Amino acid sequence: MSHSGNWEVVIGLEVHVQLATESKIFSGTSTRTGDEPNRHASLIDLGMPGTLPVVNKEAIRNAIRFGLAVNADIARRSVFERKNYFYPDLPKGYQTTQLAEPIVGAGEVEVQLENGDKKVVRIHHAHLEEDAGKSLHEDFHGQTGIDLNRAGTPLIEIVSEPDMSGAEDAVAFARKLHSIVTSLGICDGDMSQGNMRFDVNISVRRPGEPLGTRTETKNLNSFRFMEKAIALEVARQIDVLEDGGEIVQETRLYNGETNTARSMRTKEDANDYRYFPCPDLLPVMVSEEEIQTLRDELPELPDARKARYIEQYQLSAYDADLLSGSIATARYFETAAEHGGDAKLAANWVMGELAAKLNAEDKDISDSPVSAEHLGELIQRLKDGTISSKIAKQVFEACWNGEGSPDRIIEAQGLKQMSDSGELEKIVDQVIADSPAQVEDYRNADDAKRKKKIGFFVGQVMKATQGKANPQQVNQLLQQKL
Amino acid sequence: MHDKTLTELKAGLQAGDFSSRELTEHFLERIKRHDGELNSFITVTEEQALRQADAADQAIAAGDHRLLTGLPIAHKDIFCTEGVRTSCGSRMLDNFTAPYTATAVEKMAAEGAVMLGKTNMDEFAMGSSNETSFYGPVKNPWDTERVPGGSSGGAAASLAARLAPGATGTDTGGSIRQPAALNGVTGLKPTYGRVSRWGMIAFASSLDQAGPLGLSAADCALMLQAMAGHDDKDSTCLNEPVDDYLGALDQSVDGLKIGVPEEFFPDNLDGAIAENARDAMRELEKQGAKLVKLSLPSIKLSVPAYYVIAPAEASSNLSRFDGVRFGYRCENPTDLEDLYKRSRSEGFGAEVKRRILVGTYALSAGYYDAYYKRAQKVRRLIRDDFSRAFKDVDVIMGPTSPETAFKLGAKADDPVNMYMADVFTIAVNLAGLPALSMPSGFINGLPAGTQVIGNYFQEGRILNVAHRYQMATDWHQQAPGGFA
Repeated sequence: MSHSGNWEVVIGLEVHVQLATESKIFSGTSTRTGDEPNRHASLIDLGMPGTLPVVNKEAIRNAIRFGLAVNADIARRSVFERKNYFYPDLPKGYQTTQLAEPIVGAGEVEVQLENGDKKVVRIHHAHLEEDAGKSLHEDFHGQTGIDLNRAGTPLIEIVSEPDMSGAEDAVAFARKLHSIVTSLGICDGDMSQGNMRFDVNISVRRPGEPLGTRTETKNLNSFRFMEKAIALEVARQIDVLEDGGEIVQETRLYNGETNTARSMRTKEDANDYRYFPCPDLLPVMVSEEEIQTLRDELPELPDARKARYIEQYQLSAYDADLLSGSIATARYFETAAEHGGDAKLAANWVMGELAAKLNAEDKDISDSPVSAEHLGELIQRLKDGTISSKIAKQVFEACWNGEGSPDRIIEAQGLKQMSDSGELEKIVDQVIADSPAQVEDYRNADDAKRKKKIGFFVGQVMKATQGKANPQQVNQLLQQKL
Repeated sequence: MHDKTLTELKAGLQAGDFSSRELTEHFLERIKRHDGELNSFITVTEEQALRQADAADQAIAAGDHRLLTGLPIAHKDIFCTEGVRTSCGSRMLDNFTAPYTATAVEKMAAEGAVMLGKTNMDEFAMGSSNETSFYGPVKNPWDTERVPGGSSGGAAASLAARLAPGATGTDTGGSIRQPAALNGVTGLKPTYGRVSRWGMIAFASSLDQAGPLGLSAADCALMLQAMAGHDDKDSTCLNEPVDDYLGALDQSVDGLKIGVPEEFFPDNLDGAIAENARDAMRELEKQGAKLVKLSLPSIKLSVPAYYVIAPAEASSNLSRFDGVRFGYRCENPTDLEDLYKRSRSEGFGAEVKRRILVGTYALSAGYYDAYYKRAQKVRRLIRDDFSRAFKDVDVIMGPTSPETAFKLGAKADDPVNMYMADVFTIAVNLAGLPALSMPSGFINGLPAGTQVIGNYFQEGRILNVAHRYQMATDWHQQAPGGFA
């Protein structure tokens, strides 16, 4: 359906970031994932009578690191509260979280849009809280299994201001947050595992009108789904309003496989969470000194890294943005550039061949079968003329398939570029001798046509040398001899 | 042996007058003989007690004398004890065997204590008469038609009847001091944060505090010496050095300034109760203490403030009892909601439900500011009142309870009247101060207690005051007839 007139879209994000601490936020139990259910469920995680929480100081430090990275106010005093509701995977019957006095106050993040524009998205606050466990509905014959391994894993929830006006802004902001938390090393950023979760608050309005009623869409476990889910919800809201309907304030669940969303609960179903300060925990006090120490120890953040790439490697702003966005990509790129001795080539390979391959096989760069060191080696061979760019792709492919380092592959498969001009000359002569008709045709053509027709001979020579000949050299020789 | 104090028994063990096994068997025997009448124990851990007693005897033989080596202690059934049912007086936890041990119990065990068993209590420590226990009421050994007070009623009654020479309790609004008063024993609630709450099933986390009950202040000092101290597992447990309570007992009280708040002697107070407390203070005056009249104007708000804060915290603390992971679960739940509703309706008793409802209401959207927040403001005012008072005086004294033990069932249908039983004790919990109740005489044959309140971490001081009082009086040595 086409929509009439202008609609403004207003988007705010709530982002849950799972902190990569060794132990849980209140229990000292391991945060390891992938083990059998309830392996990491201690007395405290089980909410056993008489147990008490003790806050994990590293989780506090991680929240502060995030706050510093987005230029936020760090609360010298923050307070944990209890959010009370019953759910089987919430062992204590309340979630320990922060509300009135969060650890991270107002901050901001600058995002780069595709058209080159920059936009500032304000952070309202970020608070610390514990994750719940998981309810397992399969394999229990209509009953529900509870796995508390995740219960008590530390999270920060980042709440943005409604500063985004479309999917592009929202995704750029989400990516930027992802980049910041992974650069800080406070989260592994694995969205497929729910280690970073985005809830999108969306409303639409006619320009100049007050804010419309918003909905919240949950379960967006990739940037692509986020983009699609926003488009879907914006279209739905406009449809409803143009049909004279009203938007119901509700929480919606997005299904990425079918690109559909459904209402999970409306505001009327909302719990009264009866927040109050947790009497088992003291207010978290943070000194100026601790903040300063954490500030001094902050690693390089995405903005600084991007600026450095432009400056140090003479990359375009666009390339620098892409390569600096994720810490894993940045590390890979820098290692490949260093080993290869050519940042431009490294950038091209990382954003080209490697990205395509990773994408096709749905792999993360940190799981790339071709290590950054190997890509560097490959780039070196390309630079020193040992192989042509065509052969390089072949070597890359072999390296991807686990056939060893580029040097070994080049050696083992005899892929070294033919540098002996005497041998090449013989092959060129042979090709010319074998193709009298084409030679005749070439010689009768004018300069412009010859440029095209010479391609046939180049192809024949490359075929005869299995691609190992230097194409420029072949061209020169052919031109001379023809 | 059972007419001796813990301090005397300790000396006897060290002198080899008797073994810990003999001592333990003696008390186990007394429990068997008398507790049918009193119902002061929920669980008697005979086997474990004898094992611990034998270990203590070996330690004594090896010259390893610790604070409590070989001394039998009864623990309130609110403390988790590994491998032993820990019911908290509730049907909800009737089937609950704790998988770990509370720090307070563990610290006493590390000092050589022998656990006799787990004492009866009001359900989840909610009550002032021990009538809310799932295991039935405890009887007062001074008159078995009367209540022992609560919630640590089993602890106080077992002590008074000499079924145990020492006991632990917990005090959220008076739960150690009021039953101590009603049973003629000494009971101390330490400063909030002095004893770890780890393993103590929470009622109202910001008020709950564990402490000892004994036949004398010296016995309480001995037990507190073992219980107190920092615990990494409790964030609210303070990292302050533990004083030498035993060493401070004998200090003179000459020149001691005793604050006497007018609010502890209201016009409607029973004259006999008022006179009893004044007598106790006069005794200390004889030893050189000075009485200083003062006012704590905000404490008249302590009962309403308490009955907002304590239920609010309880409503959240008791959410974990949902029938999912431990404790009572209803038969054949049809779905999750049914599981929650029936497990909690059937597992909790009436008083617990009442407080969960009150607390839930007080925290609800739209009521939070009017109730919970205001109650917290009152709490600050009360704390400020005490802080001001302690600038001028060393301790504050008054009656522990506005009445002596009342008849079983007398207040069962009148919760507000029941709540007034703690009118003199509650303010102390709201302020987080240490206070004890010591036996100070009898009214119509029933024990009366006087409360001594100290400034933060002044446990040594109030134990000293009580000890000096007990050096000059013999109220604490009286035992109820029929339990000789």
